[in-house]
Amino acid sequence: MTQDTWNFIFIGISFALYIGIAFKSRAGSTKEYYTAGGGVSPLANGMATAADWMSAATFISMAGVVASSGYDGSRFLMGWTGGFVLLTVLMVPFLRKFGKSTVPDFIGDRFYSKTARFVAVLCAIFICMTYIMGQMRGVGVVFSQLFGIGIPLGVIIGASIVFLYAGLGGMKGITYTQVAQYSVMAFAYTIPAVFIAILLTNNFIPQLGLIGNYTQGDATPVPFLEKLNNINTSIGFSKYTDGSLSKIDMFCITAALMCGTAGLPHVIVRFFTVKDVKAVRKSACWTLAFIAVIYLTAPTIGAFSRVNLIEKLNNTAYSEAPAWLAEYETTGQMAWVDKNNDGIINIHGPATSSAGKPNNNVFVSDNGKPKYPPADADESLQKGQHGERLLALKPDMTNPNELYFGTDIMVMANPSMAGLPKWVIALLMAGCIAAALSTAAGLLLVLSTSISHDLMKNIIKPDLSDREEVNYARIASFVALGVATYFGINPPSAFIAKTVAFAFGLAASSFFPTLLMGIFNKRMNKEGAVSGMVCGILFTISYIIYFQFLGGTKDQWFLGISPEGIGFVGMLVNFAIALVVRFFTPAPPEHIQHMVDRIRRPVSAPGDENDTPPVVH
Amino acid sequence: MSKNIPSGPSPDQDSRYWKKNITVLSCILVIWFIVSFGCGILFRDWLDVHFPKVGNAPFGFWMAQQGSIICFVLLLIAYSFLMNRLDERSGYQSPEHH
Repeated sequence: MTQDTWNFIFIGISFALYIGIAFKSRAGSTKEYYTAGGGVSPLANGMATAADWMSAATFISMAGVVASSGYDGSRFLMGWTGGFVLLTVLMVPFLRKFGKSTVPDFIGDRFYSKTARFVAVLCAIFICMTYIMGQMRGVGVVFSQLFGIGIPLGVIIGASIVFLYAGLGGMKGITYTQVAQYSVMAFAYTIPAVFIAILLTNNFIPQLGLIGNYTQGDATPVPFLEKLNNINTSIGFSKYTDGSLSKIDMFCITAALMCGTAGLPHVIVRFFTVKDVKAVRKSACWTLAFIAVIYLTAPTIGAFSRVNLIEKLNNTAYSEAPAWLAEYETTGQMAWVDKNNDGIINIHGPATSSAGKPNNNVFVSDNGKPKYPPADADESLQKGQHGERLLALKPDMTNPNELYFGTDIMVMANPSMAGLPKWVIALLMAGCIAAALSTAAGLLLVLSTSISHDLMKNIIKPDLSDREEVNYARIASFVALGVATYFGINPPSAFIAKTVAFAFGLAASSFFPTLLMGIFNKRMNKEGAVSGMVCGILFTISYIIYFQFLGGTKDQWFLGISPEGIGFVGMLVNFAIALVVRFFTPAPPEHIQHMVDRIRRPVSAPGDENDTPPVVH
Repeated sequence: MSKNIPSGPSPDQDSRYWKKNITVLSCILVIWFIVSFGCGILFRDWLDVHFPKVGNAPFGFWMAQQGSIICFVLLLIAYSFLMNRLDERSGYQSPEHH
């Protein structure tokens, strides 16, 4: 059977499964729509949260980032898993006890203020929107590669599928769909890693292979990491196990990712779907365990594929290069330019350009991505003398580097690099799509509930009935998907990749400190919370915008902290401002302090519900 | 399981429970900080040299790439166990026991 047939089979089966599940468990009431009725088992919720959390970017790109940056890639590994510890011990048990279905709900009630609720809604919408755009783009790219259709059509197909099960099924449909999606993702991610580990290190557990010996080809086994260090240094990179980021930057980025994780609304709401506080704790254990399966595999995939890539391609004649090189040339993930006309692929580490800056660009272009001549161009413009695909870009002759590879191929090309059977590749494709769709669906739900519940019901039109509210949520998800589809088709250039860090910084500097003080500082009042939230966000946004979009340079960084890590500083700003403002303003009213007491208690006591009359100002 | 089911928690009981809760989560967070930021970032270079290797990987590097994640999972299991025990001992039981 051909690869296409396998792909169709795997993706067809998985889609039928997702939509079937969503249809069977579609939501009837608002409670089911927002929190799946609140009775999902901790194990199922753990799987669903893990699928929700792992986006296409994590699934496809993270191993690639680890592969290219070695130790520095740990910031993602530690940041995104460590955030779950914060989330579990500081946030979700209390928010679950609070008992309402969204994060702006908590902020609005706890700080007895419409302004606070409104700011929270805005943050939630912005964070979710930027994320969904990236997911839709990812779905479109994968679909277009798979079925040979245009990216716009791929994005539209992906959007319709997400709408089908997020819009109709609500949280209930999504939860059970995501359980299926997690299973697909976990198999798709770990199976290739196991095969490659056996090939390279003779160990069928990839995690042990990474810290074991490299055994392929050589008579005497060498430690795998030593082999990797040698490969890196022999072509001019720094050692794989050494980082190039400064300590303070590494610290701040990791901290921003951790706190951002603990403040992400679409992860927090997942824990509202289980029965009680005890189940929340159990569910969080499961979630992190399921996420760890993938996150412990990512560094091994990164390391293995780096060895494979350089060993198999460097100093190899193009005509003798493995077949997957040509395959990824056609999709634009890899490209080779024969700068010295010897027909041999040369990979080099960072060289120094004429301007005196480190430079290992393969070609001259604004973003370093390959560009090809139009499809109807002359044959001599399409293929080079060695059979390589020619580019419509000038090579950058200031350095001898000849091979371009996108970070995404580290996971995507892994099975073909290791010569695995076709069905494994098909499984991987199904996994990629599951990752993108599950995250998009989870985000869409938070987005639509923010609009229907927090904006419409609680701020604009308080007399909304249950049924109308669900309908508003469906309309909101339709509109949001429309916008996301538009930006998925016409991405604002490098905007999406950069806004992922933006979304984390925002969550870290806005939601995280505000929620934390709402729970742990009984005396925190609305003036403190609102001013802290606004200052934290504004600081983070302006820093990121200045350095990402307005051309700020590296030597102007505050204390050497990159925009990626500034969310941590924004968080400190939020805390500081809130505590100072709090000092000069009146304490929160009595019933709010009672409410804090109530959420600190793990079970309901008689009369609890009367503690907090609905507050509308 | 039926020892001292409260008729309604008193403020005193609440604040004692809350203090213990804070103790548990500070312990968890201190370990969390040490395994991730401590071992993986701040003292990594020193640990790479002075600590025994994990397999063939330098200690600090291993902690940053794999060890901390394993510790996080264990921490959450410990947290869940400790808090459930604290709930039970303080007389706060889940509704299923009533």
